[in-house]
Amino acid sequence: MAINFGGEEKKWVGKALPRKEEDRLLRGRGRFADDIKLRDMAYLRFVRSPYAHARIVSIDTSAAEALAGVVCTLTGKEIVPQTQPFIEIGPDSKVRDYPFAVSKVRYQGEPVAAVVAESASIADDAAELVQVEYEALEPVVDAEQALQDKSILHEEAGTNKIWNGVFEYGDVEKAFQDAASVVRIDRLHFHRFSSTPLENNVVIGEWNQKDDHIYYSCNNSFPSFAIQFLSAHLNVHIDRIRVQTSDIGGSFGIKITSYPQMAVVALASKKAGGRPIKWVETRSEHMTSSAHGNERTFRDTRVALDKNGVITAITSRHIDDCGAYPRYEPLGCVIWSQVFPGVYRFKNARIDFTQTVTNKCPVGPNRGYSRMQHLWFLERVIDICAHELAIPGDEMRMRNYIRPEEFPYTTPNGCVYDSGNYPRMLELAKQLIGWDEWKKTQAEARKQGRLIGIGIGTTLDSGTNNFGQSQIVNPGAPFSGNSQGANCKLDIYGEVVVAVGSCPQGQGHETTAAQVVADVLSIPPDLITVRTGFDTERNVHTGFSGTYASQFAVSGLSAVHGAAQKLKAEMKRLAAFVLETKDDDIEFGVGAQGPELRAKSTGKSINYWGLANIVNVNSAVLPPAMYDITLNCRYIWRAPFKVPDKQRKYGNLTLTYASQLHIAVVEVDRETFIPAFLDYVAVDDCGTVINPPIVEGQVYGATAHGIGAALLENCAYDAVGNMLTSTFSDYTPITAVNMPKIKYGHIQTPSPHSYSGAKGMGEGGAAPIHTISAALQDALFSNGIIIEDSFNNADSLFRALVGKEICQADKLVKLERRAS
Amino acid sequence: MPETIEKTPVKLNVNGKAYARNIEPRMLLVEFLREELDLTGTHVGCDTTYCGACTVLMNAAAVKSCTVFAVQSDGAEILTVEGLEKDGQLHPIQKAFGDSYGLQCGYCTPGLLISTYQLLSHNKQPSEKEIRKAIAGNTCRCTGYQNIFKAIQLAAQNKTGA
Repeated sequence: MAINFGGEEKKWVGKALPRKEEDRLLRGRGRFADDIKLRDMAYLRFVRSPYAHARIVSIDTSAAEALAGVVCTLTGKEIVPQTQPFIEIGPDSKVRDYPFAVSKVRYQGEPVAAVVAESASIADDAAELVQVEYEALEPVVDAEQALQDKSILHEEAGTNKIWNGVFEYGDVEKAFQDAASVVRIDRLHFHRFSSTPLENNVVIGEWNQKDDHIYYSCNNSFPSFAIQFLSAHLNVHIDRIRVQTSDIGGSFGIKITSYPQMAVVALASKKAGGRPIKWVETRSEHMTSSAHGNERTFRDTRVALDKNGVITAITSRHIDDCGAYPRYEPLGCVIWSQVFPGVYRFKNARIDFTQTVTNKCPVGPNRGYSRMQHLWFLERVIDICAHELAIPGDEMRMRNYIRPEEFPYTTPNGCVYDSGNYPRMLELAKQLIGWDEWKKTQAEARKQGRLIGIGIGTTLDSGTNNFGQSQIVNPGAPFSGNSQGANCKLDIYGEVVVAVGSCPQGQGHETTAAQVVADVLSIPPDLITVRTGFDTERNVHTGFSGTYASQFAVSGLSAVHGAAQKLKAEMKRLAAFVLETKDDDIEFGVGAQGPELRAKSTGKSINYWGLANIVNVNSAVLPPAMYDITLNCRYIWRAPFKVPDKQRKYGNLTLTYASQLHIAVVEVDRETFIPAFLDYVAVDDCGTVINPPIVEGQVYGATAHGIGAALLENCAYDAVGNMLTSTFSDYTPITAVNMPKIKYGHIQTPSPHSYSGAKGMGEGGAAPIHTISAALQDALFSNGIIIEDSFNNADSLFRALVGKEICQADKLVKLERRAS
Repeated sequence: MPETIEKTPVKLNVNGKAYARNIEPRMLLVEFLREELDLTGTHVGCDTTYCGACTVLMNAAAVKSCTVFAVQSDGAEILTVEGLEKDGQLHPIQKAFGDSYGLQCGYCTPGLLISTYQLLSHNKQPSEKEIRKAIAGNTCRCTGYQNIFKAIQLAAQNKTGA
């Protein structure tokens, strides 16, 4: 592996480097939060509401407290005087959000009390002994009903509506006047699901009574956001809250919103005299009360098209259901507009966007957050219009795609799509799946009465947010731009150690960060240690640090690259001094003494230990002019954003736009109505690839999440707010038996917006959901079916085809052709 | 109100080492491994026998240790992920998972390694269908299974049947 001086420069970025994380994980030596045991640790269990909407009449914890081994209990009434309600992101919000229900419960599974005991099993027993009397209230589980305000969740707010805004660009009315045809779609619905990381939420917290600091070991995936909420809520200086994460068993955004549980654990620790408290969420708790993805209903959509089937304008009303508390919302009310026109060229549009609370689990960012709902809507619009106008789905897309020569492309709302080539991706996907052959097979099969559909989904994975978009939902929000921190140092013995402000959950950050540093210093990645997990005390985080929103390849690695460059410059100066030469005479590489710096002119060299020695323990040899050299280089990368125009809702909201193009061939069984895959291809473009198998793995993973969501996974509630899928056996996450084989392809259109040309790509745009909806509609359109929901299983297809209760094209869609 | 629960003695052999403990009869095998023996490689994902993160080998059969009481394993031979490596060298199945990028977050991996161990000990050359069936009870939320299929095929090719 050694790189010798003078040889060809070896680049590590772009290589299929094996992951540095692998060894410990394969040996069962990963360190997940639940693996941590602390001296004198006690265990916390929540008491949760069985009702979706009810007034709390009384809570009696005396029997629980009397049980041997119980340390203490905690209720909402107790914490109100000690805390502030959580920060609300929405403007002038009257919602008062505490980590416990105080006077009423607003969703099934909402915590009403907690018990702390010497063991997890005693805590379980004690939780059963807490007596809560409820007075049931009328639950509201449907977003459109909630907006009628007949039953109000947050009385202080006086309404269930959380946010409303109109996003209008171009000249919509003129476009409709000039249209050759207009398609109306009454209702579309994007269902509620969760990417359900396999590891549940875990919090270990200690409110140390000696130093008045709070210490957390947990698996929260956006700790710098969590501490901002916790500091204000608990009235504790933010620097006194230390958050550490280690290995995390997946998050997909869901673990961003675990800060309420973190608050309870801290408050319980305080009551328990500062003992460390562990809370491990059960799967049923996770399903009913961690976070779900946003549910969205699209009403009264009108689409104007010209005579060639090119969309010229869209108007629609979108109603987002955020569950019982807004928490991370209403950010989702603007985040969708990062992909306002999707991959399409239309310039005129008016979207009236409203968000409401309902008596369901609060939502949180879920892989594809807020954009996938909108992208699904746009892909439905494309396919419904295509079918109405008898234009093939591929042709419809070719006519409407943003063209390769138009990049960088400014969208009607001011976002700048950095690069892309959608027609090329379509061509490649068709080639990989054997499009023409499948078309023939489909035509033959149809003659035999088989229901085979071929669907396309083209999506965007916008990465590295401009947090200035928060000001579009709340002009007073104090956020804009984006940043990430990293530190790169030579430790006292000259070891290269890198720390980043991300908290990875399987995305291979240790590996890719090492690849970047290896290229900067011209040493093999094996010689570079990248710190695992996140720690506020590493001092490399900014207010945006964490792992979310498809950005590490851009924000994280740009920070790592900046820190490595800084370190390199210092090393060069120091080596030039020691070797009595000029900076530009110094070269980096690996020599007889390991990694070292050499003077080209003399051949003299100094290794990393020698450099680190001078700075750290032999500093009397250092001249004062070099006292600024620390070999411990912190770098904060900032995204080049401006604050968006709040009135016009205009500005660049994201730095990079990875794209996905999937094609599915699906057959619906005529007897069982079970949809099955005959073929599937996923083509990805995330610009310059840092580590190809890691990228490929992310594509497969996002594809599985999308397929699961499209066909198997639905957070179902009954009419009174009982969650019907509160175990995995009911929720049925996709398994190895129902995951099809994926054909994978990729193109690379390097981003001009990142130093390496890479684009963030972890979320994957939920491409399978759109693709499968398209394929099912293609299979069933001749039976008068329009796919109106993002979730379609055998039951719903039966109801559509046989019951004719849902998805009826003649009821949902109207085509008006204008005389030309 | 629950009374004090009488503890029951159990003796079992885990990864070749004998252990004896007095435990509550309600203690699950996975709790025993993680809490009593500090073998934290075996994970809990769903509590209801769906996800298989807790899969261990009990008397040569793969079981979900979240659904076995520790007392039921009295006298049993247990193999967990920690017992796969030999003299510090990865087991060929572990190596195949690493070489194939068959893991991301690594939370499901211990269970999948054990299910694969069980499969390859009965079936040296499993078909794709047999592989899928063998790991149907192991949920992975990161990889989309594609590289896990490759890993198991690679492990089989390397004639690594346990």
